Amino acid sequence: MSITQTTNTPALSSPLADTAPVGGTKPYPLLRHSLALAKRSLIKTMRTPEALIDVTLQPVIFLALFTYVFGGAIAGAGQQQAYLEYLLPGILAQTIAMGATAIGVNLNTDISKGVFDRFRSLPIARSAPLIGAVAADVARYAIVAVVTLSMGMVMGFRIHTNPLSALAGCLLAVAFALCLSWVSVFIGMIARAPGAVQGIMILIVLPLSFGSNTFVRSSTLPGWMQGFVKVNPITQLASAARGLFNGGPVADHVLWTCVWMAGLVIVFMPLAMRAYRRKA
Amino acid sequence: MTYAIEAEGLVKHFGETKALQGVDLAARQGTVHAVLGPNGAGKTTAVRILATLTLADGGSARVGGYDTVRDAQKVRQIIGLTGQYASVDEDLTGTENLVLIGRLLDLTGREAKARAAELLSWFDLTDAAKRPAKTYSGGMRRRLDLAASLVGRPSVIFLDEPTTGLDPAKREDMWGVVRKLVGDGSTVLLTTQYLEEADALADEVTVIDHGRVIAHDTPLGLKRVIGGQTLAVQPADPDRLEEVKEILAMVGTKEPDEPLRKGVLTVPVRDDTAMTEVVARLGAAGIAVTELSLHLPSLDDVFFTLIGRTAATDEEIAA
Repeated sequence: MSITQTTNTPALSSPLADTAPVGGTKPYPLLRHSLALAKRSLIKTMRTPEALIDVTLQPVIFLALFTYVFGGAIAGAGQQQAYLEYLLPGILAQTIAMGATAIGVNLNTDISKGVFDRFRSLPIARSAPLIGAVAADVARYAIVAVVTLSMGMVMGFRIHTNPLSALAGCLLAVAFALCLSWVSVFIGMIARAPGAVQGIMILIVLPLSFGSNTFVRSSTLPGWMQGFVKVNPITQLASAARGLFNGGPVADHVLWTCVWMAGLVIVFMPLAMRAYRRKA
Repeated sequence: MTYAIEAEGLVKHFGETKALQGVDLAARQGTVHAVLGPNGAGKTTAVRILATLTLADGGSARVGGYDTVRDAQKVRQIIGLTGQYASVDEDLTGTENLVLIGRLLDLTGREAKARAAELLSWFDLTDAAKRPAKTYSGGMRRRLDLAASLVGRPSVIFLDEPTTGLDPAKREDMWGVVRKLVGDGSTVLLTTQYLEEADALADEVTVIDHGRVIAHDTPLGLKRVIGGQTLAVQPADPDRLEEVKEILAMVGTKEPDEPLRKGVLTVPVRDDTAMTEVVARLGAAGIAVTELSLHLPSLDDVFFTLIGRTAATDEEIAA
């Protein structure tokens, strides 16, 4: 290896020569390591903007499609504007849930490339790479909330409560998506190929998002289906967001959304961790 | 002399495949230990167990005195690992890759940046520091990967086939780095398919095949067992092949033949004076040659001598 000096970095006699102190032990290692790894995921996301299509273009297309194409048929001709008020919180819930697909796909790709071998040879918690990846997804989910609301505003959507309440609705959606991420991470760990992760996640999220009250009131559905729609977490999240954006009942829906969130994390986080350890 | 790496009776099965069937390894501190074997011999599996990435089904190992299972985190604090396939993050730049490792090793942001800069400079990657690793050539990627494993100044370094796929000049560079690392007191365990590499670098060599140790020796000892070197001669005039054959028969340990290419005679030689003797005799007979060289035995020769069969080159064990 030729040792050319192209910067003012001090010349090393060898790559192991001691020129600076190596950091000692610092508090909260899991938090710091997870954040460092979250930053890595963020850099990767920002460097491949096409990976953000699902959280930018998709809510825009769905809002326009369902308001202007199906809105009249669903809510009655000329009722598109009123339908938008109903639809937007549902689209937020649907898009943010679908946005959780990407993390499983990415982790599945990462592990097959050997980058995770390096992480696992370092003195950090085994869970740090997974926690870091999930934490970085906050950015993607925040983008969904901002894009959905902005597009809604352009189309004439107005918040009827107050900004704080609307913010709470967005935060709830982001928090829900973070919990749902663990399902995606788990599937990312057990699937044999990135494409399989995508397929399985769509199989889970699509029935949940269409079998909910995202697009139509559950009272229009056959009785047997109403039961499913009622327990469906997307229904609870969409209803909670509706209340927080438009006014109306909130407490029960927020509570059930939180119950779902806790359930998803309690079940799927340990499953994902276990699958990750086994993947070794 | 203390051992930086010790392993006894390592066993690892992947389903029906027996990757390791009781492997013992011991590397003295401050030395290079080569694990020599063909594809699928279990080299990578052994390294993964020692580097705490894989749990063995049987046996135990200590690195720097720490048990690789019970004290895995302590082991991880003192090791550096460079895999067979460069495991750098392709979307991140050279600097970002190294800074990330530094942060995960609890350096401050400033320390991590300084360490990244000095390693990039040492590995001649400063000009490429701000480019994503996916734009790097194979050799650059290999260097970045090695740099990443040295961020924490490890005292035990695992190099899994560090020169596979590198051209000869790059390979010499890598050898230079390995010597430098050991010169600084680190212990290096490297896996290789090339006897030449083990001979150039290692203090001791463990030869493994099908998950078993079949020899453990110094490179010199190993070469003695295998029978020294091979002399290859190509006369400029093909018509004089018979005369050359007679000369070689006098210095070689068996009959010369033409196993490599037509017109090139090879013969195993044991004596260090064989080369000079052949040169003198060729000169006396007035025979011009286009090729005259001494070769170390190939991995195939090693295996043929040690266990009487040629080295497996297929990937029968996903190691």
